[in-house]
Amino acid sequence: MLAAGDSPVHKLHPSAKLVVTIAYIIITVSFSKYQLNGLLMMIIYPAFLFSSSGVTVGTCFRKLRFILPLVLAVGLFNPLFDRAAMIKIGNITVSGGTISMVTLMLKGVFCLAASFLLMATTSIDNLCAALRQFHLPPMMVSLLLLTYRYIGVMTEELSVMTDAYSLRAPGQKGIKFNAWGSFLGQLILRTMDRADELYNSMQLRGFSGSFTYADCKRFDRRDALWIVLWILLFLICRFLDIPGILGSLLLGGFS
Amino acid sequence: MIRFENVTAFYENDKPVLNGVSFTEEKGETIGLIGANGAGKTTLMRTLLGLLPHEGLITVDDIPVSEKTLPEIRRKLGFVLQNSDNQMFMPTVYEDMIFGPLNYGLDREEVDARVDDVLTQLNLTELKHCYNHKLSGGEKRMAAIATILVMKPEIILMDEPTSALDPKNRRLVINTINEMPETKLISSHDLDMIWDTCDRVILLNRGTIVADGSAKDILQNKELLEDNRMELPLRFSNP
Ligand SMILES: Nc1ncnc2c1ncn2[C@@H]1O[C@H](COP(=O)(O)OP(=O)(O)OP(=O)(O)O)[C@@H](O)[C@H]1O
Ligand SMILES: [Mg+2]
Repeated sequence: MLAAGDSPVHKLHPSAKLVVTIAYIIITVSFSKYQLNGLLMMIIYPAFLFSSSGVTVGTCFRKLRFILPLVLAVGLFNPLFDRAAMIKIGNITVSGGTISMVTLMLKGVFCLAASFLLMATTSIDNLCAALRQFHLPPMMVSLLLLTYRYIGVMTEELSVMTDAYSLRAPGQKGIKFNAWGSFLGQLILRTMDRADELYNSMQLRGFSGSFTYADCKRFDRRDALWIVLWILLFLICRFLDIPGILGSLLLGGFS
Repeated sequence: MIRFENVTAFYENDKPVLNGVSFTEEKGETIGLIGANGAGKTTLMRTLLGLLPHEGLITVDDIPVSEKTLPEIRRKLGFVLQNSDNQMFMPTVYEDMIFGPLNYGLDREEVDARVDDVLTQLNLTELKHCYNHKLSGGEKRMAAIATILVMKPEIILMDEPTSALDPKNRRLVINTINEMPETKLISSHDLDMIWDTCDRVILLNRGTIVADGSAKDILQNKELLEDNRMELPLRFSNP
């Protein structure tokens, strides 16, 4: 459980982290498709979080390895449609399509990384408590929590089943194609059964549709500061051309 | 008080898994529910909790079990599941333990005090902040028992409470059961444990009650047990 860590980032108020993550995603997505320079600056947020939370980039990529290819595939066709030359580096011409492809991919990767970092530094219960403080309907929050737990149950069953399979099929890599059908069927049935049982068990202990949340820590000045500073930084990256300014400063210094 | 009157129960319109079951358990009584695999012990408990549709009459303290009375009925009952994995759903033991009491509107201080009491009683204080998915099978079982005791139910249902436990924890659970004044219904294959905890035993076979009487009469009756696909408790089998 990553979210149980103890770094300064883990200790921030869940709402503060949630707000900054949402702001980050909105601003990142809002970059225009050729604004690669500015977008690159946005790496500062995930980079800072990785270095200060103790969560490693490796873990992030390992956990996201199934969605990452999908995100990367999104921009893949842009170079085919948009062939107008944008910039020239030496005698290589880079087309607008290539730039927009890279921009799209980066946006995807950045947003995924930011969401992952939120999940990795905040437990789902705290996150839901924060959502409740924003006055989201309790029903929605409970649904989110239940979905999250359902996915947990599913992965647990999956690992038990793959273990059981590989123990009886030594020396075989992965699962044989002709066993996929029954394997998947079993997985779904088992997950449903267990989710059912778990839900029963919740009901038997008085669950009536809304969770009683663990006490949330107080929102203090550090949390406010966290929100203000990051959003300010994002806006600067978004609306000022930092690489350009730096470049002209440097060039100015030389001339 | 629990009463079953000619109860029949089904899993999804198949053939009945409980067939004409009738018995009454008085307040404060401890009944052992025994029977071979698939006899219907778990099903009987699930039916009592309203998790399974039934025909016939089931009452708890004279309140009939029905859709409408379920919240009231379930408030009285605490159910320790046969499979602890299906019982625990919060990240840590502590969070799992406070789940029930908080749902019933108890305030935090009272709940925390109860949690500590139960953990001490079950010798589990070290596990308080452990992650559920990292517990061993037996530790999980003990924690599952704790999540039920902390709700202080009037009637306790335990499905195989001692399976997966080491001898010491098994003894601890037996002692805990014996110390609890509540009405108890305990299903198990561990007939020695039933002998140690129950005065009365109900023997199920293929969904019907074949014997209902004192533990002495039933657990020492070799013929009866063997006719119903079972064996004598260990303490009586090797003289
Ligand atoms: N979810 C289900 N759907 C259909 N049939 C079921 C289901 N669960 C149990 N049964 C059937 O009901 C019968 C009684 O099962 P039950 O679980 O009550 O037995 P049990 O006495 O608790 O056995 P054990 O000692 O193995 O726990 C069995 O024949 C079983 O096949
Ligand atoms: Mg059973």
